[in-house]
Amino acid sequence: MTTPIIRINQLDKSFGTLKVLDGLSFDVMPGEKLALIGPSGSGKTTILRILMTLETISGGHIEVCGEQLYHMQKGGTEVPANEAHLHHMRRHIGMVFQHFNLFPHKSVLDNVTLAPMLTKGEPKAKAEARAMELLDMVGLADKAKSMPSQLSGGQKQRVAIARALALQPRIMLFDEVTSALDPELVEEVLLVMKRLAAETDMTMLLVTHEMGFAHEFADRVLFFDKGRIVEQGPPDQIFRNPEHERTQTFLRKIIAAGHRV
Amino acid sequence: MADWSGYLNLILQGALVTAQLTVYGSILALAAAFLAGLGRLSQWRAIRWLSTIYIEFFRGTSIYVQLFWAYFVLPFMGISLSPMAAGIMALGLNVGAYAAEVVRGAILSVPRDQYEATTALNLTRFQRMRHVILPQALPLMLPTFGNNAIELLKATAVVSLISLTDMTFQAQIVRAQTGNTLIPFAMILILYFAMALIISASMRLLERRMTRGLDGVR
Ligand SMILES: Nc1ncnc2c1ncn2[C@@H]1O[C@H](COP(=O)(O)OP(=O)(O)O)[C@@H](O)[C@H]1O
Ligand SMILES: [Mg+2]
Repeated sequence: MTTPIIRINQLDKSFGTLKVLDGLSFDVMPGEKLALIGPSGSGKTTILRILMTLETISGGHIEVCGEQLYHMQKGGTEVPANEAHLHHMRRHIGMVFQHFNLFPHKSVLDNVTLAPMLTKGEPKAKAEARAMELLDMVGLADKAKSMPSQLSGGQKQRVAIARALALQPRIMLFDEVTSALDPELVEEVLLVMKRLAAETDMTMLLVTHEMGFAHEFADRVLFFDKGRIVEQGPPDQIFRNPEHERTQTFLRKIIAAGHRV
Repeated sequence: MADWSGYLNLILQGALVTAQLTVYGSILALAAAFLAGLGRLSQWRAIRWLSTIYIEFFRGTSIYVQLFWAYFVLPFMGISLSPMAAGIMALGLNVGAYAAEVVRGAILSVPRDQYEATTALNLTRFQRMRHVILPQALPLMLPTFGNNAIELLKATAVVSLISLTDMTFQAQIVRAQTGNTLIPFAMILILYFAMALIISASMRLLERRMTRGLDGVR
């Protein structure tokens, strides 16, 4: 019996008086590919940002790789995690952002090698060899010496994926990684992610409006509304036979908006 | 007719003092600016406070008063500085207080996206500042740093108050000895202007080198 790699238990998150996540609980198994879907503002991004420690939480517990993410033990009692603990936990997790967030002052290669050299103390030669493999995997080996400003959106996002992979996290978070791209550039990024999903045993959490892709990519789909899970299940069930009306309405709207399911 | 080569020599010696004050003052100003500018963004409140006090104090009092303190008052507290050291200190700390706000503003103008990317890549605070934030903030600081350095150059003239023989001081000597006002003051006018040109030209050069490849970022 395997244990979950992520355990979210009664998670609350408020921004001021706005309650964004409300007693949210779910587990993710190692290697599982999860798609998070739902209307805009339902809290999907917030979940990923909380897992990446880019937010604080208002209540509840999260366990990642068997350890508490936002709490730690001190003298037998549980206290909020300090920066050192968060640093320790972040090694397990990587994230790809909607707007790529590449470092504009560094070449493509340096974007990918920076973190392994700094956080793992990898020698330059080793980090570069690995970076070239990753860039090759995302089809951008020939752009290693380019600056990010010379790349298209799709290329930037593929570099961002390579950069996150370079740290070899066990969990990868993807937040609407194609929604800032021109339509004709979406496919090249999705292709890379499909390969990634097929070839690695990484755990992946994907927030997306690309329902067709979510269908193909995910082992399990979670439909969110107002900070709660309304419905979850295998993609076939969620996309073909959604039980809840809110899920049905959401999917209808998405189809009407021209997204493939 | 006076011996102009001797007087010219005097003014050039003054120019050397002015250049020294400007260079060393700028170095001190730069160090103070980064200490206080980063200090204002520190996670520790005491450091934020100290930085704010320094900045507000040196911006809120005049360079004359600061210079008098450095040279005439500090000795009573057991700190005796040479005129040159007192001049560098007053100029450097004064201009550093202004430049600290430039450092802080430039750092704050780096988008939050960049901070978040470094968190996702698990960099430490120091690594983030050193490798991601400062390299992007520095090019934004340079133009204003150039202005600050020119301000400092112009402010060096106050040091004649503590008997430093800078360029302005020497021009006055020459004027007193020759009775000629136009020539010495025309001379230092040109010299000040030339020094200011050197500063802005080297800043532009530096800026161009630093932003190479950064085209189209902002
Ligand atoms: N930093 C913030 N401050 C205030 N409100 C926020 C902040 N981030 C997100 N929110 C709000 O939280 C809600 C959920 O946002 P988000 O997680 O981005 O939703 P989704 O990704 O599902 O569209 C939204 O109402 C959004 O306006
Ligand atoms: Mg979102």
